[in-house]
This record gives sequence, C-alpha cells and structure tokens, in this order.
Amino acid sequence: MADHIRRLTAELARDPASLAFLQLGEALRLQGQLDAATRVAREGLERHAGRADAHDLYARILADAENPAGARQSWERVLTLAPRHVGALKGLAYLAYQDRDYDSALDMLETALSEDPADQTVVLALQTVRAAADRQDAEIRLRTGADIFAGIEGAEHALLLLDMRGLVLGGVLRDGRGLVVSEEVAAYVAGAAQEAERAARLLDLGPWESLECEGQAGHLHVSVPAPDAVLVVRRDRSVPAGRVTLLARRAGAAARAWLEAQGG
Amino acid sequence: MMPRRLEAALDRITRVRGVRGAMLVSLDDGLVVAESLMEGIRGNAVAALAASLATRLGRAAGAAGAGTERFVHLAASRGGLLLMPAVEGLLLVTLTDHRVNVGLARLEMQQAIEELA
Repeated sequence: MADHIRRLTAELARDPASLAFLQLGEALRLQGQLDAATRVAREGLERHAGRADAHDLYARILADAENPAGARQSWERVLTLAPRHVGALKGLAYLAYQDRDYDSALDMLETALSEDPADQTVVLALQTVRAAADRQDAEIRLRTGADIFAGIEGAEHALLLLDMRGLVLGGVLRDGRGLVVSEEVAAYVAGAAQEAERAARLLDLGPWESLECEGQAGHLHVSVPAPDAVLVVRRDRSVPAGRVTLLARRAGAAARAWLEAQGG
Repeated sequence: MMPRRLEAALDRITRVRGVRGAMLVSLDDGLVVAESLMEGIRGNAVAALAASLATRLGRAAGAAGAGTERFVHLAASRGGLLLMPAVEGLLLVTLTDHRVNVGLARLEMQQAIEELA
C-alpha cells in the first residue's frame, strides 16, 4: 500500500468524520482499487451527503467502474448542490462525448471553462470534442449529400440531385416562399425525365441531354450528370437562360464527383 | 383544312435552319390541331410525346416555384423539341435537328403565337 494511502487511511480511522475520505477515495481510484474506493466514498457520503465533492468522487469511481448511468446520476446530484461544479460538468461532458452527443458535451465544457478559464484539462477536452463534432458533421454531410454542391451558386436552395425513381440523393430545393420542396419536385422531375428519355428515343433525337423550362417565375433546368441520376437547377427569371446552363454544367460536374466518391 | 393564317405561322417557323417541323397540339389530349412537317416525321407521335412532356414538366416547374411554363427546350444529341403554350389550351411544338438556332426558332414561335391570338 502506498504511503499516502496508508497515511490517509490512518487519518480517517482516527477521525471518521474527517474529509480525508475525499483524498483517500481519489487515491484508491487512481490506483485502480475501485472496490476500496467505492467503500470509502459511500462511507464518506453517509456523513457528508450535502458535499458536492463527495458525490463528484463517487461519480468518478462509478465512471471508472463502467457504470455510466450511476456516474451520470451522481454528477447530476452534484449540479443540484453546486450548479457550476467544474468536475461534474467535465464528467457529464465526458459521458455525453461517449454517447456521441457532442453538442451537450460542448455546452458543459464551455460552462466549465467559463467557471475556470485556466483549467487546461477543459481546454484540451474542448479541442477533442470539437474535432469529433467536426468529423461527425462531415460524415453526416457526406452521407446525406448536403455538401454535393458546396461553393456553387444556389447550393443551399436551388440545386437538387435525384435518382430516376424520384428519390432525393442530395441538395436542397426551396420554392419562392422558401419552403423545402425537394421531395415533391424530385417526384415530378423523375416523371418528366422519363418522358424526355422516351420522347428522345421514339423521335430518334439521340440521347437526351437537358430539359430547360422557362416559367413565369423562374427557370428549371433538368439534366443527366450520370447514369440513373438527374440534376435539377432552379433560378429566378432574372438569371439569363445561358447562365443557368453554365451553372448546371458546374453542378453536374460536382454531382458526378460526388457519385463517384459514393461508388455509384 | 388548315386556316391560311395558321398555315403561314407554322411555315415561317419551319423556314428557320434546323427546324424539321412545327405543329399545334391540344395540350389536354396530345392530338394534332395543325402541322407543317418534313416528310417521314410521325406527327401523331410528336404531338402525344410533346403534350405529355409539357404536362409532366409543368407539374415539376409549379412545385419548384418556377411558375407556369412559357418555354420548354428538350435538348438531345441529334436534335430537340421546343414547346411553347399557345392560345386556348394549345401547345406550339417545334421539332429540330442539332443545327438549330434555338433563339431564332423561339422568336418565330413567339411571333406565331402572337399572330394566332
């Protein structure tokens, strides 16, 4: 047994009401003696149930013992006693990080940092969680196709990629009022694309390349950037038709690159 | 028999280089109302396909907030179709080859519709 553990054990034996249990429990936890640490923490809590540090110690032991539910309960108890307790905030942030709930983890760590700006462990934890959140965001964007048209004019509201069945692959289309109409437009455009293919074939026009519609309120440009994929570009009437075609070419190249990255 | 004014309007469109034919089609049922086509072109097929295409694309344009169709261009490697709504549920359809000047054909189509109104 290490000297400091022996010393703290003796101190606690002399005065069971002493706060030495906090140091002793932590020392045992760090040595991996979780059963002993649990006993010390529980006995301490019986005498000092109103101490936030005691619950924080117990929570850390439970976390090490792979009991996240128990640890969470204890850290939440800490926050009822001390709402800005840095240890509890860090602990709950760690649990949220484990659950890939990065927004909650960041909230807790930012609160902890505002309480103790000099705490380097919080700064490092924030960097770790932010990096994980960025990776998660990138994964989601790649999976959902939100980034297909990044950097291209109208990427946030006027470019849509779908398959020939009318299912959205990526991008977003909003109508003139700003409402998202991607799925509805995808369904109708797929029908129009099938009809364009049929007309071109039956009239011996060769493979169809694009379908351009000038409406009273705007342009709709439909093209086939890759087999089984249809690209829709919508622009206002103020945009010349030729520029819409150029925009469709750029968006088509981006769609092809994205489809290739998907293995499609 | 096709009225003289209508015949003249369609003929003028067909004089544009690359235009293989022009016709007026009923948008509801895709039937030919009047036509001026090069030999060998199946007017009935063009009419039916053009009307169906205009209807389907019109739904998409409406849903996308682009509003009512004013002009449609189906571009294919060897030619295309130009569609423009005309009076009273009619659709003006122009069949082209790949050499056509779309802008010029479109102007003639607009002129024809104004004359028919």
